[in-house]
This record gives sequence, structure tokens and C-alpha cells, in this order.
Amino acid sequence: MTDFLQLIFYGIVSGSILALGAVGVSLTFGILRFANFAHGDLMTIGAYFAFTLGITLGLPFWLGFVVACGATALTAVVTDKLVFRKLRRRPPVILLISSFGIALIFRSLIQLVWGSNQLVYRQGIQRPVAFAGLNLRPDQITIVLGAVVLVLGLHLFLQYTKTGKAMRAMADNVDLAKVTGIDTERVVTWTWILGAIMACAAGVFLGLDTQINPVMGWRVLLPIFSATILGGIGSPYGAIAGGLVLGLASELSTLFISPEYKAAVAFAILVAMLIVRPTGLFGGR
Amino acid sequence: MINYLIFFLTLASIYAVLSLGLNIQWGYAGILNIGIGAFFAVGAYASAIVTTPDSTNYIGGFGAPFIVGAIVAMALAGLLAFLVGLVTVTLRSDYLAIATIGISEIVRLVLKNEAWLTNGVRGIAGIPDPWLAGSPLTFLILLVLVLALVFWISDRAYRAPWGRVLRAIREDEPATMAAGKNVLSFRLQAFVLGSMVMGLAGALYAHFVGFISPEAFQPEFATFIVWVMLIAGGSGNTRGAILGAFAIWGIWSGTEILTSNVLPPDWITRASALRLLLIGVLLQIILLARPEGLLPEQPPRPIDPDKPSRWRIRG
Repeated sequence: MTDFLQLIFYGIVSGSILALGAVGVSLTFGILRFANFAHGDLMTIGAYFAFTLGITLGLPFWLGFVVACGATALTAVVTDKLVFRKLRRRPPVILLISSFGIALIFRSLIQLVWGSNQLVYRQGIQRPVAFAGLNLRPDQITIVLGAVVLVLGLHLFLQYTKTGKAMRAMADNVDLAKVTGIDTERVVTWTWILGAIMACAAGVFLGLDTQINPVMGWRVLLPIFSATILGGIGSPYGAIAGGLVLGLASELSTLFISPEYKAAVAFAILVAMLIVRPTGLFGGR
Repeated sequence: MINYLIFFLTLASIYAVLSLGLNIQWGYAGILNIGIGAFFAVGAYASAIVTTPDSTNYIGGFGAPFIVGAIVAMALAGLLAFLVGLVTVTLRSDYLAIATIGISEIVRLVLKNEAWLTNGVRGIAGIPDPWLAGSPLTFLILLVLVLALVFWISDRAYRAPWGRVLRAIREDEPATMAAGKNVLSFRLQAFVLGSMVMGLAGALYAHFVGFISPEAFQPEFATFIVWVMLIAGGSGNTRGAILGAFAIWGIWSGTEILTSNVLPPDWITRASALRLLLIGVLLQIILLARPEGLLPEQPPRPIDPDKPSRWRIRG
């Protein structure tokens, strides 16, 4: 029983990371109508920014984290201005192919700047906190709490700010949003900023949970996409639920199958969803 | 020098076969396949397992000739595509792209972990040359013949009514459906056929290098570069697909010579990342500046209705 609860806890930890990633994919999909294949590598960039600021430059970790998220947002906005914006009049699949290329550009740049070795935020092993017979690492508790705070923040932003409302309007119907005088380019920029902040947080948390390497984001892109589709592509709230379900499912699967095949669980869920209910659990696009 | 040229042409031709396979999927039917590496790897491993002599480490010992290996490679790659296609052809292209990413991830995991089948990370060695007394040159000749055959078939298919239906699906799916075509069946056919060509390319690759391991099928080289080749050459154009493969492989190999001579030694390890960066930037430039590629698609011209014809009914 304790083993089972322990796996549930691990599932919530990795689910929180996946949820943050999936929210970003869902936001950009809702506004820009393409699956952003560079999202995983945007996460990696965020993780490396936080490493440079927090470890190399020795800033307090949380300050480094905030600045890293800003820098990641800037990266996303600049990429949009340089490439995606100019392709927006083309069919969305062209944007998808372009984002696949952008993913590789990001990964190459990371390897050029930071090299391809594994890095860690913290040397040595953290002493786990025992709670009701479970082993909880402080970093993992931080990840879950951090994810809750960010998701709440996003919820408040989407529900109560003018920009958030404009984003939801544009995700529902672009033409109608334009008619009501919403500055769509501004909304697009905000979408990138929010998506990139979530991506950066997901990347840093993934780095805290495991370690940092240039392919960390690319490797979790499949579970993130699965989570996005599970929650209904284009629906940020669904993406959060999808991320948690996926995190729990892949941790619990280790009871039955070899842990090597955790990624295959994401794929199996994806295929099952595509067959049974391609619009997602909560109905998306 | 001549050896290097043969080596270059061989790899470029294998990429040209891959690029032709992707052209059938993306260029003709608008199907997004981001998991080319999966079909390439399945083909390579299928042929390797079927043709290598007995080994205690993994399944095999069939020692079949190359032609059997190539047929099995195409059959398995096609079967994999058929299964993925069944689930995804009804859905929008984004979903297929995501599903193909999943397939490549699964294939990668199986290659790494199922040692009884693939010998795991140690890979399969001693894959025989197709000819009994083969040399790199005879292999290149075989490869050029295969490439010519694939080119001829796919060019023929493009002009045939079959290719016309695929182009119609790509441009306007509802209209094609309204014209009474079974859209799903045609898309599935294009996806399976293209993947079979990729499987064939995998078999050719395995027999050329003689040793394969999961490392050889990284998405950067097995998938990404093929996309750049097709888009640079001109998607939808069979000649363009081949030209793109040779041009991009030329740039890739050229930059290798450049980086190994110009960069300081401690940068060598990062040179590969620098070259990938260059290819990535190149793709963006092509997409922005010349999306139709070097050789744009040239659909066969429809018969001019104003031209007098003895079949025409005069009003």
C-alpha cells in the first residue's frame, strides 16, 4: 500500500511538470492553431537559463528562476517576431514544420553554449522527508506547490484581466475577436509570454526532479502532447487535468511493465484517446 | 578522393530514397510524418535480422539474400504505417504528426531495450553486402538502380489518376469526398506506400554500413534532415526531392570538411551542433523566402479546353 501511495506521489510530481508543459502547448494551440514542436526545447532553454543565473552566477535560486522565465519569454517572443509571425498567413502545418526546425535550432544553441553534459541544480542527495511512511523529497514538494501557484496565477489571469479575456475570446473565435476590436497581435505576444513562462517553470522543475541535459525537453514532448490531447487540444484547463492523469498513469504503469517503457504509456493513452474521443476528455477542438 | 565521392554519393542516394518516400506522403497527399526515423529504422533492422548469420545474442540466423531482406523491410515498415494510419488518417494532420512522434519514440525504446530482438545498444554487425563480391562501387550502382526505380514509380504515380486524387485531397478534402473518392483509403495508401519506401531506404542503409545500432537513428539525421531536403528541393516534385537530398547532403558534408579544418580543436565536439544549427536556420530561410523549393511542383497541365480537338462536341 505504501508503495502504491509512493507511486501516486511520484505521479503527482511528474504530472505537475507535464501539466505546466501541456498548458503552454494548449495556449499556443488555442490562439495560433498549430502544435508547437519547439515547446519541449523551450523548456530546456528555461532550465539552462535558471542554471546559469542560479548556479553559475550564484543568484538566489528563486530570483534566478524568475529572471530565467523572463528570458525564456523573451526568447519565445523574439522567435515569434522573426519566424512564426511571417508564416502566420500560411496553412498552420507550415508553422508546425517550422517549429520542428526551431526545436532543433534551440537544441543546437544549447549544445553550443552549455555543451552536452548532464548538469544538476544541486550536488549530492537530498534527505527525504518522511510523511505517513512516504519519502517526500523537499524539491518534489516544491515542484507540486510551485505548479499549483502557477496554475492558479494563470487561472486568475485568464478569468479576470482584460488580456486574459481577450485571449479566451480569440481562442473561441478569431474573427469575432477581431470584430470586437481585440488587438490580435498583442494577444499573440501575450500567449507566447504566458506559454514560455509555463514552459520555463516546467523545465526548471524537470531539472529539479531529475537533471538537466540538452534533450530533456524533447524527450517529454510526447507525454506533453498526449496530455494536451487528453485534455482537449486548445483547452488550458483540460491540459492541466491531462498532465496529472498522464503523470499518474506512467508512474503507476511501473507496477506492471518495465520502467523503460514509461514513454510508451503516454503513447498508448494518446492512441486510445484518438480512437475513442479525439476531442479530449473535456471537449476541445 | 574517389572513395570519398562514392561514399558521399551512396549516402546522398539513400537520403534521396527517403526524400522520395516523404514526398509521396507530404508532397502528394499532405500527410505530416515527423517519425521518418521509425520507418527507416524498422526497415534497417528488419533487413539486418533477416540477412545476418546465426547469433546467440538475438533472434535471427536466417541468412537470407538481400532481396528478401529488402522485401521484409518494406513489408514491416508498411505494416507499421498501416497500423498507425488506421488510427490517425481520419484525424487532422496535427494529430498524425504527434502520433508519428510517438511511433518513433516506441521504436527507439524497443530497439534499445529488446535485446533478444535487436541486440540492444550493441547493435547488429556483419550485415552482408548485397553482392557476393561487392565493393562500394557495385553497391552504388545497385543503389542508383533502386533510386531510379523508385523515382520512376513515384513519378508515374504522380501523373496517374491515383496521384491526381491525392493532390485533390491535399488541396480540398471535402470536394474530393463529394466527387465520390474514398479519401481515407487514399490517404492510408499514400502513408503506407511512402513508409514502405522509407523501409527500403533503411534496408539499403543497413547493407551499406554493415553495422547498425539505435544511435544511427537519431531524429536529427533520420527525420529532420529529410524534411529539409524535401522542402528545399520542392515538395511534390520528384526531381526536386532527389535534388534536395543531394544539395542538403552536400551542404552537410561540406560543412563537416569546413568545421574539421577551420575550427580550433576544442570546438570539434560542438561542431556537429553548429552544423545542425545551420541546417535548422536554412529550413527557416527556405520556408520564409522560397516555400516552393528549388524545383516547384509542376502538376501535369490539364487539357486546354480552347484547343480544337476532334473529341470536342461543337455547339
